[in-house]
Amino acid sequence: MSTRKPYVRPMTGWWLKNPVYILYILRESTAVFVGIYAVILLVGLIRLSSGEAAWNNWLAAMQNPGAVLFHIVALCAAVYHAITWFSVAPKVMPPVWINNEKVPVEKIVTGQYILAGIIYLVLLGLILWG
Amino acid sequence: MTSNDKIIEIEVLRYRPEQDEKPFLQSFKVPFTDDQSVLQGVQYIKDYLDGSLSFRWSCRMAICGSCSMMINGVPKLSCKTFLREYYPGKITLEALKHFPIEKDLIIDLSDFINKLESIKPYIIPAAPRTLEQGEYLQTPRQLDRIAQFSSCINCMLCYAACPQYGLKPDYLGPAAITLLHRYNEDNRDSAKAERMQLLNAHEGVWACTLVGYCSEVCPKEVDPAAAINRNKINSTMDYFLRFIAPRGGN
Repeated sequence: MSTRKPYVRPMTGWWLKNPVYILYILRESTAVFVGIYAVILLVGLIRLSSGEAAWNNWLAAMQNPGAVLFHIVALCAAVYHAITWFSVAPKVMPPVWINNEKVPVEKIVTGQYILAGIIYLVLLGLILWG
Repeated sequence: MTSNDKIIEIEVLRYRPEQDEKPFLQSFKVPFTDDQSVLQGVQYIKDYLDGSLSFRWSCRMAICGSCSMMINGVPKLSCKTFLREYYPGKITLEALKHFPIEKDLIIDLSDFINKLESIKPYIIPAAPRTLEQGEYLQTPRQLDRIAQFSSCINCMLCYAACPQYGLKPDYLGPAAITLLHRYNEDNRDSAKAERMQLLNAHEGVWACTLVGYCSEVCPKEVDPAAAINRNKINSTMDYFLRFIAPRGGN
């Protein structure tokens, strides 16, 4: 007779048991803040289309300390998400070959920061002088 | 053992199916020298302190993939991890996470073996060559596409690192998908269409949420997270391409 009795360990609270999992949950939860921010922005667009008074009300609401605080938190969440995304992007894309040599992961990651920097500078330029 | 030996405390999660309802921690004091691995510490326990302790091991040189265990909560090869790294703290050992414990540090790995078999981890050529025709040739560049992914030693550390596998045991998992990728990308193989069905399934690549820990714990730098996530693109292409390039009823 078999005396086998394999023991299956429970998964409860798994994400608290390793710092890697905590950072993963943190990364995934940034989506909540980015999602709320997108909704706020959409409401702003609707307000803009409903006339000057509505738009000004929305602008005033955005100056509420709670709204300012939320935007700071949402910005931090988006920046953290971008950093984690830049670091995993080389895993998601097919390997890049230049002159018969595989482009190292570090160069791809750095390249994304440079590209993001250029885009932000162009956007800033357009806003300030466009 | 000499008088210069240091003593380290090793706690082991024991589970004896005939006697125990659930696992419990048992502590041992193990003398060691700086060149001794955690595996050697466990072997010391079995040889001198408690002969009933059960664990798997074979090569002692990080190539057979047998001695995987959780070392202070991190999946590691115990032959490649040294006792000195933890001294003067203590070490807690546990069977690989996310697998059923058979006894002490031994897991039931049949689920992994079945998944490994299911991906057909061997070359399936379009037209088999006869002995007279010679071997299947491959250029260094073609080899380079798969070399990294073929270094897997089936140690299952990536499964112990993957919470999605722990939560959804049906998930094909990091090593099996990586080996699937390795054969799909091999220019000598032509069974891609067959293997894509496993990848496209809900239990295939789409069960992965890119926690990325599998690649961090891999002792052979195989980077399973890369293999899995590149196949999310392949799986998507496979889905959409069927509309413009039907496979003639395959």
